Amino acid sequence: MAQFNLPPNSVIGKGKTYYAGTGAKNVKRFQIYRWDPDSGENPRMDSYEVDMAACGPMVLDALLKIKNEMDPTLTFRRSCREGVCGSCAMNIDGTNTLACTKAIGDVSGEVKIYPLPHMPVVKDLVPDLTHFYAQYASIKPWLQSITPPPARERLQSKEDRAKLDGLYECILCACCSTSCPSYWWNSERYLGPSVLLQAYRWIVDSRDEFTGERLDDLEDPFRLYRCHTIMNCTKTCPKSLNPAKAIAEIKKLMVERR
Amino acid sequence: MSIRTPLAHVRGLGTAKDGTHHWWVQRVTSVALVPLVLWFIISLLAVSHADYETFQHWLSNPVRAGLMVALLVAMFYHASLGMQVIYEDYVRPEGAKVVAVLVTQFVLFLLGVISIVAVLKIALA
Repeated sequence: MAQFNLPPNSVIGKGKTYYAGTGAKNVKRFQIYRWDPDSGENPRMDSYEVDMAACGPMVLDALLKIKNEMDPTLTFRRSCREGVCGSCAMNIDGTNTLACTKAIGDVSGEVKIYPLPHMPVVKDLVPDLTHFYAQYASIKPWLQSITPPPARERLQSKEDRAKLDGLYECILCACCSTSCPSYWWNSERYLGPSVLLQAYRWIVDSRDEFTGERLDDLEDPFRLYRCHTIMNCTKTCPKSLNPAKAIAEIKKLMVERR
Repeated sequence: MSIRTPLAHVRGLGTAKDGTHHWWVQRVTSVALVPLVLWFIISLLAVSHADYETFQHWLSNPVRAGLMVALLVAMFYHASLGMQVIYEDYVRPEGAKVVAVLVTQFVLFLLGVISIVAVLKIALA
C-alpha cells in the first residue's frame, strides 16, 4: 500500500531554541525543519525567536535574518526575493508557497516552515527536484515546428497570444505538484500539475506544430490521468495560476481528437 | 540513487497510448447514473408498500425493466472503473495491484450479471 506513516528515520524530533535576546519588543517565533544528511540524526524542529522590529515583512526576510545573525547553518534556496524565480518554495504555515512573497503578518502565532512535502530532502529546507526537472524536460518545453523558421518572427494573433495568459507566468516552483496527493503517491509516473500546465502551455501555443505528438506523449493512465481534480494545485499556487484548469483542458482535447 | 539518468527514469516504458477511453466512460456512466438513480429512488418510494404481485406487474413493463437493467449496467461498470483507479493510486507492489483489480472486476461483473438476471426473472415471470 501507499505509505502513510513516516519511516523511522524521518520522524521529527525537538531541536534547539534560539532566543531573540533582551531588548527585543516584538518577538515572532519561527519553527523550522532541520535535517543534516551528514549527522546521521533524525530531522528536528528548531525554534528561532526573531525581533520583528528589526526584520523585513516577508518570511524570506526572517529566514535571511536567522541565517545572517542567529544560525548560519540554516540551509535554504533563494534568489530573486520577488516571486519570479521560484527558488524559495517551501511549506509555510501548512501551505506550499514562496517565502519571499509570503507576509509574516499573514501567519497567526508561530510560523512553521517545512521543505516542500513528499520530496527527498537534500538538507534543511532544500528538496531534491531532480525528478521534477526531468519530468519538465520530458514534455519538450520548447517550440517545435516542421515549417522552416520564417525570416522574421513567428506570427501569432492577439487572440491566440491571449491563450498563453495564465500559463506562461508559471515559474516552476513546484508548490502545486508537491501539494498534490496524486503526485505524492505516484510521482514516479504522474507528471504532476506543474509539468502538465507547462505541457498545456505548448499544446495551446498556435505557433507550435507538434500538438498531436504532445497529446500522444501525455495519453497515459499515469502521466495525465492520475489527476483526480483534487484542486490543491490551484489553491496553493503562489502565482494564482490554475493548473487544474490546464489539465482539464488537456483532457478535453484528448476527447475532442478521438 | 540510480545510475540511470533522471530522464531515462521519467520516460520509462513510454506512454500507454490509453486512458482517455477509461476516463471518458467513467464520465459517461456517472452522467447516466444521475437520472437513473433519481428514477430508481422515486420508483422505489412509489412501490415501497406494494406486495410482490403488484411489484412484479410494475417491473414487467419493458421501459421499467430496461431502465433497471441500464441502471445496473451503468452502476457496476462505473464502480469497476472507479475501483481500478483507486487501486492504481494506492496499492503496491505491482503484483498486488493487478490481483486487486482483477478480483474486483470479476466480483463486480458477476454481481452485475446476477442482478440483471434477477431483474429479468422478476420482469419476465
